[in-house]
Amino acid sequence: MTKQLVRKFSYKRLILTDEKRFMAQAQLPLNTPPGMSGDSAKEHPKAWKWYDYFTFNIDHKVIGIQYLVTAFFFYLIGGLMAMAMRAELLTPDSDFLDPTLYNAFLTNHGTFMIFLWIVPAAIGGFGNFLVPLMVGARDMAFPKLNAIAFWLNPPAGAILLASFFFGGSQTGWTAYPPLSLITNNIGQSMWILSIVLVGTSSILGSVNFVITILFMRVPSMQLTQVPLFCWAMLATSVLALFSTPVLAAGLVLLLFDINFGTSFFKPDAGGNVIIYQHLFWFYSHPAVYLMILPIFGIMSEIIPVHAKKPIFGYKAIAYSSLAICFVGLFVWVHHMFTSGTPPWMRMFFTISTLIVAVPTGVKIFGWVATLWGGKIRYTTAMLFAIGLLSMFVIGGISGVTLGTAPFDLHVHDTYYVVGHFHYVLFGGSVFGIYAGIYHWFPKMTGRMLNETWGKVHFILTFIGTHLTFLPMHELGLQGMPRRVAMYDPQFISLNQICTFGSILLGISVIPFFFNALWSWMYGEKASDNPWDGLSLEWTTSSPPLIENWEVLPVVTHGPYDYGMNGRSATTDKAPSESVS
Amino acid sequence: MQGAIETSETILNSSVDPAATKEVAHHEGHPDLRVWGLLTFLASESLMFGGFFASYLIYRGGAANWPPEGTEVELLVPAINTFILVSSSFVIHLGDTAIKKNNLNGMRLWYAVTALMGATFLGGQVYEYLTLGYGLTTNIFSNCFYLMTGFHGLHVFVGLLLILGVLWRSRRSGHYSATKHVGIEMAEIYWHFVDIIWIILFTLLYILTMF
Repeated sequence: MTKQLVRKFSYKRLILTDEKRFMAQAQLPLNTPPGMSGDSAKEHPKAWKWYDYFTFNIDHKVIGIQYLVTAFFFYLIGGLMAMAMRAELLTPDSDFLDPTLYNAFLTNHGTFMIFLWIVPAAIGGFGNFLVPLMVGARDMAFPKLNAIAFWLNPPAGAILLASFFFGGSQTGWTAYPPLSLITNNIGQSMWILSIVLVGTSSILGSVNFVITILFMRVPSMQLTQVPLFCWAMLATSVLALFSTPVLAAGLVLLLFDINFGTSFFKPDAGGNVIIYQHLFWFYSHPAVYLMILPIFGIMSEIIPVHAKKPIFGYKAIAYSSLAICFVGLFVWVHHMFTSGTPPWMRMFFTISTLIVAVPTGVKIFGWVATLWGGKIRYTTAMLFAIGLLSMFVIGGISGVTLGTAPFDLHVHDTYYVVGHFHYVLFGGSVFGIYAGIYHWFPKMTGRMLNETWGKVHFILTFIGTHLTFLPMHELGLQGMPRRVAMYDPQFISLNQICTFGSILLGISVIPFFFNALWSWMYGEKASDNPWDGLSLEWTTSSPPLIENWEVLPVVTHGPYDYGMNGRSATTDKAPSESVS
Repeated sequence: MQGAIETSETILNSSVDPAATKEVAHHEGHPDLRVWGLLTFLASESLMFGGFFASYLIYRGGAANWPPEGTEVELLVPAINTFILVSSSFVIHLGDTAIKKNNLNGMRLWYAVTALMGATFLGGQVYEYLTLGYGLTTNIFSNCFYLMTGFHGLHVFVGLLLILGVLWRSRRSGHYSATKHVGIEMAEIYWHFVDIIWIILFTLLYILTMF
């Protein structure tokens, strides 16, 4: 295994098309192009000003941070909705929220968290910030398209928020007809519009990622040397490209049914509601991989760096992303086992669902084997990564149980499902985003996050997650249905534990929020490579200068070659002769 | 923290002209990837039609009569339209061949002809909508019919705009040449895409309803 990683990379100097220009700007006497004397170059900024982050900016780093901050804002909104719902569920009666409002919160909590927090933060945020830096590119392949993709997100969120003035969409994030045809048409149409906007954004972003990763690597970097995060982003993007348009098709049909009198999903007029479910889940099952694959990528970056060990099974982890992408396109019917699905379909999709666990397991074992015997530094990023590992295994195993049709028939639409997907999405995706923020915050802002407060944040989040979501499994097994504002009094004690946990989760955001805010302004200055990372983003300054590098770095070793080739982490530098 | 890199110090302290380097980095640093980008996008876009086609086939499979009683599918105008659209794909390719030989006027001629053919197609489509005996909401077949052809028509319209954009830009001398014509190529690829989608659409909506 290690043999592949020890492969020696030649110290061949890169010939850059724009090297001459850079040398000229470094005020070397030779070859100064006309109109580009040293004086005029001095007037240009080396970094963006704060207000640049509020404009239509085409720098991938600005866009990445724009995504992250916007998504975090929507995360807070979605979180407040969740806390309001949990407050309602403290007692069996409906006494805190109006049931209609409860339904609207339920729908929009899911929508905000999925479409406007995890997807934009994991794919748009980390993807945009990191992919060009990791592959040694100066920007994404289509920077303007990238900025357009981002700017579709704020209006989408605004439309969702505005839909509350019209009562909000009340059908759950799945918007199944006929429910979505008969409840609050205006709110539902606004919801559709919003999803179509974020879907378009996702497609445009994915085009960018695929092309950037495939074609814009620095010439000295082979496809088998790109950091695993890029492999994960490649798989994510391909998946988004194939699945998102199908959801758009389903939503267009739904929109026509609601507003223009068609009857695609009206059985009394020849329509068929099951078709909507197929179109919806053809996207929305892969959507869970859209939310977890980038996180897998983040894990594969953080674990080797903080364990100071080469990743175990680079190729296995890289290809397992593609395998998840491929198999993930053929499992969607496991959400529909109770929709009158014929037995052969149940069998096929049970088997395909179980197969997904294999490439996922490959990754999990790869990370565990990387941790094994490593020099583990318990930084906050690493704590979140290890926390993710444990929680994702729980969520993954409950996912396997749900993927088998016989069991699913019993717990379908119960709190067991809610418990399962919160373990994967909160314990998995959100933990991964937190881990990524703690890991790359120094690179993004040039300042360190406070580690003590980070650990407080981790402990509160970790306990809060288990308190909130673990009892849900038991509630589901006892038969408590999901998506209800009122429930049988026998479920009260477990629900109170959940609510208490959700309050803890709400509190856990506070130390993080203020830590991030304070550190961004006054935190300890970060060095270029505070964690001794080996991938290319650590070879530039913190925060990276506007075009990422003055002279593109040369890949002389793999991204995880700790302790190999007689080199140590602190001597990683690109040959500097070119600028000195 | 001790892992700081000398090189980046040098980088930080030297001046880089971001405005000037942006141009270079994005357009000369790597080969033009716009065609690849478009192809990727179209692969994705075709899945949206795929969703419509699949739904249509399920409706068709589940219905006793297809199209439902009283819905007559007219064939003459669409057949002429199909002929026009398919031929236009060959015409637009002549334009592409012309610009590769640095024949700007040839390209403009063929692209103008393509635009004309595309406009005729759209006109035929509108004529068909106006004369058909059923509307959007008549039955499930007409739902599918108007949605799919309408959606395709929208794509034809966008393709038409791309071609007109090419013609508009070609006024400036030197904008396109034998070695520099990515925009022309992209308009052509998009037009072929619209054409392929139409062939499937025609098969599903017209030919298959005859049996």
